[in-house]
Amino acid sequence: MMAESIQTDVVIVGAGPVGLFAVFELGLLDVRCHLIDILPKPGGQCAELYPEKPIYDIPGHPNVSGQGLVDNLMKQVEPFRPVFHYGEMVEALEVLGTPEAPSFRVRTDNGQSFECKTVIIAAGGGCFQPKKPPIDGIEAYEGKSVFYAVRKMEDFRDKNVVIVGGGDSALDWTLNLHPLAKRITLVHRRDDFRAAPHSVNAMRELVAEGKMDLKLGQIESLTGADGLLSGATLLGADKSKTELACERLIPFFGLTMKLGPIADWGLNLNENLLPVDTEKFETNVPGIFAIGDINTYPGKLKLILCGFHEGALAAQKIHRYVYPDKKLTSQYTTSSSALQKKLGVN
Amino acid sequence: MVKITYIDSYGESRSVEAEEGTTVMENAIRNSIPEIVAECGGGCACATCHVYVDEAWYPLTGQPSTKEEDMLDFAYKVQPNSRLSCQIKVTPQLDGLVVTTPSRQG
Ligand SMILES: Cc1cc2nc3c(=O)[nH]c(=O)nc-3n(C[C@H](O)[C@H](O)[C@H](O)COP(=O)(O)OP(=O)(O)OC[C@H]3O[C@@H](n4cnc5c(N)ncnc54)[C@H](O)[C@@H]3O)c2cc1C
Ligand code: FES
Repeated sequence: MMAESIQTDVVIVGAGPVGLFAVFELGLLDVRCHLIDILPKPGGQCAELYPEKPIYDIPGHPNVSGQGLVDNLMKQVEPFRPVFHYGEMVEALEVLGTPEAPSFRVRTDNGQSFECKTVIIAAGGGCFQPKKPPIDGIEAYEGKSVFYAVRKMEDFRDKNVVIVGGGDSALDWTLNLHPLAKRITLVHRRDDFRAAPHSVNAMRELVAEGKMDLKLGQIESLTGADGLLSGATLLGADKSKTELACERLIPFFGLTMKLGPIADWGLNLNENLLPVDTEKFETNVPGIFAIGDINTYPGKLKLILCGFHEGALAAQKIHRYVYPDKKLTSQYTTSSSALQKKLGVN
Repeated sequence: MVKITYIDSYGESRSVEAEEGTTVMENAIRNSIPEIVAECGGGCACATCHVYVDEAWYPLTGQPSTKEEDMLDFAYKVQPNSRLSCQIKVTPQLDGLVVTTPSRQG
């Protein structure tokens, strides 16, 4: 089912620290945004890669943790009620308008579409995507027999399913697919699990009752034909090899950052980065802006503080696209009662 | 200074002089050692700094923490001598340490 298209001023691709702060700068100028991120939460690298590490170079914050910064940014943008779409990847970006009066259609892998006047790409180091295990020829089975996430449970009905991993995703899907699959084999490299204790216990009970298998080791190779798997070879910790019946494989190896679909949007790219000017941080397509780690220009530094500055300047130009007839006057949040009203502090 | 040797997956070896208190990952990055990515910069959050510690040296590098073991689940071709190099601190006892890098990190 196709959801109705959402109309908004700006779609921000990526809810990392830089995308988040852009919401604030745009909000002060009455520009409304929707943010889309493939992660299930805001914060990009700060939240995914180093939530507990202290950052020492955020102006005015001698020491703030990655997650602490994200929490503060979320609080800061709250008055502007941005709408977040998590767990969705922006797949397509289509130009609808003209260079003078741009408009765009943005589509996610979930079938959601947006119509907006401008787009900010704040995609950082790229889309967080599942890592693929280093098994020769695995690509041939992807989408038919090998899945990195479960979208349709029916794909697994009455199949021999092998799930690889020891975290919550692996355990949750083991338990959820168990009633439906022909047989589940959970493969993990050791007999310790990172998942919630109650799901580990539930899994161990099923194993004890002979209703599923737990194998310690790593998958070494796959067999099958025409994209359909029939078996997998398990390399045990003791170097023994075991053949597993396997028609579906779901490997959980964590996340890595990949540029992803941005490369197909007709934008100029320079070594996987988007070249922009340093006045408006606009790409070669008028109305599409790039800020934060994803952009490049002479002197670029991949620092959060630089991304904040880029967002503030891009917002000025975006205001002109969204409100072509309104004139912008420079105002301070400390003294402007109009801005304070928007922030809900007056 | 402490000498560390990195052997890549093709068998080529490179030695560096490391300062005490730094990590085996940091010295690899500083010296442009191939096959160590360290996407998370030492946060024990990416498993792209995976190395195999030479058997003779393995006991001297200490026990991996629970957090490191959890993260090793995301590394490829993990072996009993696998470690995340950002979690190995350089100490005088490690002078002469030899580690091998895997052909793939991510
Ligand atoms: C270990 C480490 C330590 C660091 N320390 C510091 C420091 O001390 N100071 C500092 O200033 N910087 C530091 N950095 C760098 C800093 O984290 C980055 O500069 C910052 O995260 C960039 O923010 P961003 O919003 O541009 O992108 P990111 O944080 O990378 O966020 C981008 C988001 O966009 C999403 N995305 C991308 N493409 C799509 C798509 N097509 N669809 C949906 N979502 C998409 C991604 O999933 C991601 O969540 C550090 C980085 C690391 C790894
Ligand atoms: S650098 Fe990321 S885990 Fe070591």
